[in-house]
Amino acid sequence: MALTQHNRSRLTIGLTFLAAFVLSVLPGPQWAEPFRPDWVGLTLIYWCMAVPQRVGVGTGWTVGLILDVLYGSLLGQQALAKTLLAFLTIKLHLQLRMFPRWQQAVSVFVLIALNYLLLIWIKSLVGQTPIKWNYWTSGIVSMLIWPWLFIILRDIRRRAHVS
Amino acid sequence: MMGTSGWSMHAPSMLTRLLVFVALSVALMIADHRGQHLERIRQGLSVLLSPIQYAAALPGELSGWTSGFFGGDRGLRERYERLNAELPLLQARLQKYEALAAENEHLRRLLGSAARVAERAVVAELVEVSREPFTRQITVAKGRQDGLFVGQPVLDAHGIMGQVAEVGVLNSRATLITDPGHAIPVQVNRNGLRAIAFGVGHPDRVEVRHLTSSADIREGDLLISSGIGSTFPFGYPVAEVTKIVNDPNEAFLEVSARPVAQLGHNKEVLLIWPAEPAEPTAAAPRR
Repeated sequence: MALTQHNRSRLTIGLTFLAAFVLSVLPGPQWAEPFRPDWVGLTLIYWCMAVPQRVGVGTGWTVGLILDVLYGSLLGQQALAKTLLAFLTIKLHLQLRMFPRWQQAVSVFVLIALNYLLLIWIKSLVGQTPIKWNYWTSGIVSMLIWPWLFIILRDIRRRAHVS
Repeated sequence: MMGTSGWSMHAPSMLTRLLVFVALSVALMIADHRGQHLERIRQGLSVLLSPIQYAAALPGELSGWTSGFFGGDRGLRERYERLNAELPLLQARLQKYEALAAENEHLRRLLGSAARVAERAVVAELVEVSREPFTRQITVAKGRQDGLFVGQPVLDAHGIMGQVAEVGVLNSRATLITDPGHAIPVQVNRNGLRAIAFGVGHPDRVEVRHLTSSADIREGDLLISSGIGSTFPFGYPVAEVTKIVNDPNEAFLEVSARPVAQLGHNKEVLLIWPAEPAEPTAAAPRR
């Protein structure tokens, strides 16, 4: 019984990540690109905050690697960024849970922005960097979407009894 | 139940796990940046992940299908009329092209150089556009089994789009000429002035660098591929010069150009095999 519950939780978390991956590579108009939220980052933050005993740096690394393959970017850069994102979220998860929703959203913005800053550093290290300011718009959109995504994921978590 | 005991069990090991995964990521990045060792792994993973890409492409295809189904008659008729109007124009141009091709071949024979073999082309469907803000890449639904090779030119109906960067089993990734890591040798169609057009990451701008202020280049000039470097065949349109800034403090002109190919609009792209089909047969035996 305990095992099936365990597997069901895993399946639920996996499916939410799968949806996040699809949303991350969904084709859209070019101008809308900078406004695409970091779906995978948001999902990772949620699960790290809600069930840190289950989702952690290992999960972060795996989803980051998958993103690298999907994006065709340098293998390991998203993996590194998402590993650190998971680590920071778990370090802060008790505070994050206590925060009112808007404050949570601001923290999410900071986390996602750090995540992007790291990506920019890596890019400049390997020598491909026209830094554009619209790179940050994604963080802002992520922040605006967070409260709604939070409610959806919380609902999913409660229905599937993920703990 | 997991509460305190689970957390305290994880807490000491988390930092070490973080370090392990960070080290792993850095090692991956170095290996990927330095060499081609990881291409196999990347290809294997991308085959595993191709369902995600297909799922992502589904809504677009569905909307195309439904609009085709319900948009029906009028749309079709309009399209038919437009195509009908275009046809004589293209035919006229083609006649001229055939005459030119014949003349070209004749001249080449006079010069004693080998005539160029007709180029083979394949239409490929665009599956995905890179989501990364810095890179300009596309994924097309053709792979090794179709004989694609790295460095293969990718075109659309208007001009050069880019080149194949990575060949997978089912899908391949191509770098567009606007990618910040891409450069293409070009020449001004008007006078043959050679230059190199660099991508800067902007979706519809490339920069022509290292031209001195005395260079004969004007706004509106068409840049065509020069064939130097033998990645791209000679004579395909690449970009149109949109802006030239001549700053006396700078050593070189600042030339911006807009790619002629519709990089952001295509659903289908053309892959060509330039010159002899030597490369595809050299690549094919791996299968």
